[in-house]
Amino acid sequence: MARNSGFREATGDLRLESVTKSFGDFTAVDDLDLVVPRGSFFALLGPSGCGKTTTLRMVAGLEQPTAGKVLIGDTEITGSRPYERPVNTVFQSYALFPHLTIRDNVAFGPKRRGDKNALALADETLALVQVDHLAARKPAQLSGGQQQRVALARALVNRPEVLLLDEPLGALDLKLRRQLQVELKRIQTEVGLTFIHVTHDQEEAMTMADTVAVMNHGRIEQMGHPADLYDLPRTSFVANFVGRSNLGTGRVVDRDGDSLVAEVQGTKVKVPLARANATDGTVMFGVRPEKVRVLRRPPEGTGDDVKGTVLDVSFTGVATEYLVRLPSGTIWSCYEQNLDVDPIDLRPGDDVWIAWNHAHAFTVPADEAEAQAAAEATA
Amino acid sequence: MSALAHAGPAGGAPAGDTPPQERQGRSWLPYLLLVPGALWLLVFFVVPLVQLFSVSLQSQFPGYPGYYYRDVNFSNYLSALTDFAPQFGRSLLFAGLATFFAFCLAYPLAYAMAFKAGRWRNIMLIAVIAPFFTSFILRTVAWRQILADEGPVASTLNALHLLPGGHITETWAAVVAGLTYNFLPFMVLPIYASLERADHRVIEAGGDLYANGFTTFRTVTLPMSMPGVLAGTLLTFIPAAGDYVNADLLGADNTKMVGNVIESQFFKVLGGFPVAAALSFTLMALILAMVFVYVRRFGTEELV
Ligand SMILES: Nc1ncnc2c1ncn2[C@@H]1O[C@H](COP(=O)(O)OP(=O)(O)O)[C@@H](O)[C@H]1O
Ligand SMILES: [Mg+2]
Repeated sequence: MARNSGFREATGDLRLESVTKSFGDFTAVDDLDLVVPRGSFFALLGPSGCGKTTTLRMVAGLEQPTAGKVLIGDTEITGSRPYERPVNTVFQSYALFPHLTIRDNVAFGPKRRGDKNALALADETLALVQVDHLAARKPAQLSGGQQQRVALARALVNRPEVLLLDEPLGALDLKLRRQLQVELKRIQTEVGLTFIHVTHDQEEAMTMADTVAVMNHGRIEQMGHPADLYDLPRTSFVANFVGRSNLGTGRVVDRDGDSLVAEVQGTKVKVPLARANATDGTVMFGVRPEKVRVLRRPPEGTGDDVKGTVLDVSFTGVATEYLVRLPSGTIWSCYEQNLDVDPIDLRPGDDVWIAWNHAHAFTVPADEAEAQAAAEATA
Repeated sequence: MSALAHAGPAGGAPAGDTPPQERQGRSWLPYLLLVPGALWLLVFFVVPLVQLFSVSLQSQFPGYPGYYYRDVNFSNYLSALTDFAPQFGRSLLFAGLATFFAFCLAYPLAYAMAFKAGRWRNIMLIAVIAPFFTSFILRTVAWRQILADEGPVASTLNALHLLPGGHITETWAAVVAGLTYNFLPFMVLPIYASLERADHRVIEAGGDLYANGFTTFRTVTLPMSMPGVLAGTLLTFIPAAGDYVNADLLGADNTKMVGNVIESQFFKVLGGFPVAAALSFTLMALILAMVFVYVRRFGTEELV
């Protein structure tokens, strides 16, 4: 195979070491450390403007880091040109070649690498993404969803070591997006390549990825398996960006065995030490809405309960969401699954008790501003 | 990529919810808007064209030079083609050369303006357009001075013994240079517009898919700018082929183009009207045929 001089055959995990990117005096990506295991489906999740695209572009070589290193396996690729890297990108805007047919678009990469079977490979890959019947058309004659598939095929056909997807489903309507999420996951399993999927949709990240990294202001706030991220967020931003949380600012006052006792707006609450990401002074206490129960009578037991007033009831079919105003003025949200034959018939204005198992509670360092920003970004 | 906006069923808004009355009421409006333009074309283009064609077929009253009668006399065309074949050849050759040189100068300039100029872009754009603020004739006269024997260019070349004939003016080179200069903006602007419109992500995609800088240019950037190149070459070639000012002011007798012949037949030769009209028509037909072939070749097919 006649390849570009300088092409780096590299295999292994993708590693970013202390990667920083500044534009003027603005830092878009701030001292990022990241390891993406080979063959994994990795999601980079964050609100718009947090530096996701910039991170991808540094991996692709379309942007050079101000500081730090990018490696694939043991091969450093920092400083090399995009065409020298075993990395391909599915661009947010698809960026198909408007003057080429779909088949030639997909065959473009293999042809540049001197592959004699470029066209056959292109047809094969178009079949994999189920648009082989459109091979002779031009990009302008395709719908958004079809263009998305072609963009994926054009990158996939090269079997890159790392495939970068920049909000690939962002421009599609909800139904098509869900359908393509499933398909993208199937294709990744089938080809076994490393996928880095950038999105601002937490549901998309959670359903598709093996590992999710939550990014904010050019930094990674938390990284892990979707279920772990959801179960135990480590910052107030993650608590509200990955799902919703009921959060309250309070003070750590005591220890009780392997639990922490905090006073939150006049109520004493317990948090297992293992779930406390902040253990001193001012902290934010949180419980996920579906872990909170709404009761007509005071519960008997641990004392993790508060009296409040129902503010709003919204029935969503599977569940009902209650907004409850607590004496301190904070509003908590509680999801009750509609399991019972006799649903608790609550109306705005009714007095209720809300209760939770303290094993579901967590604390994070107090940062109301970020919690607020995350809530707004997902609204 | 404006194509994305009307890309098809996936993102399309539901059609057909406009009340039908409104549709009907609107349908004649576009035609109404066409009327002034159509009238203009009819009065100032179609009518003179028919008139010119009828003149090209007239015959001369024997013994009364300068008087004609209506006729269907194709001998005017025969004399146009046989007597003035060299001038036709020169017109096409000079226009072709000027188009080629203008392309070679314009493409790098347009490329630099679109991709590299940064905040200088608008200044460069103004510099390209600025010559239009003075008259075409004046600028060509200025070139005669620049290229004159005592002028800086010719005297330097002469001093270095690099100018075989001794002068630049009154040669075909001066005519081609003048044509190139005068029509350069018509080449730069469409190419610039098409490069400027090109999606930078698409060009980046070339690099991402293993094409180095030059290959990306050849396989992505250049094909994407072909509509601009096509428009630019037509806007340069067509007026250059009919031009007579450059050959008149910068050339000599042996560099005369069809435009010069038409001019002298119309204004200087008694009884030259029918031949001049036939020359004009032949030039028009030739250019139309060439443009047709050219557009068929490059307008629909992309260079890969
Ligand atoms: N070429 C650039 N010049 C200046 N600022 C930039 C440039 N590219 C990105 N930025 C800034 O960097 C930040 C992160 O951008 P980006 O990585 O595109 O965010 P995301 O993809 O997460 O929405 C944004 O504030 C953006 O304005
Ligand atoms: Mg982005």
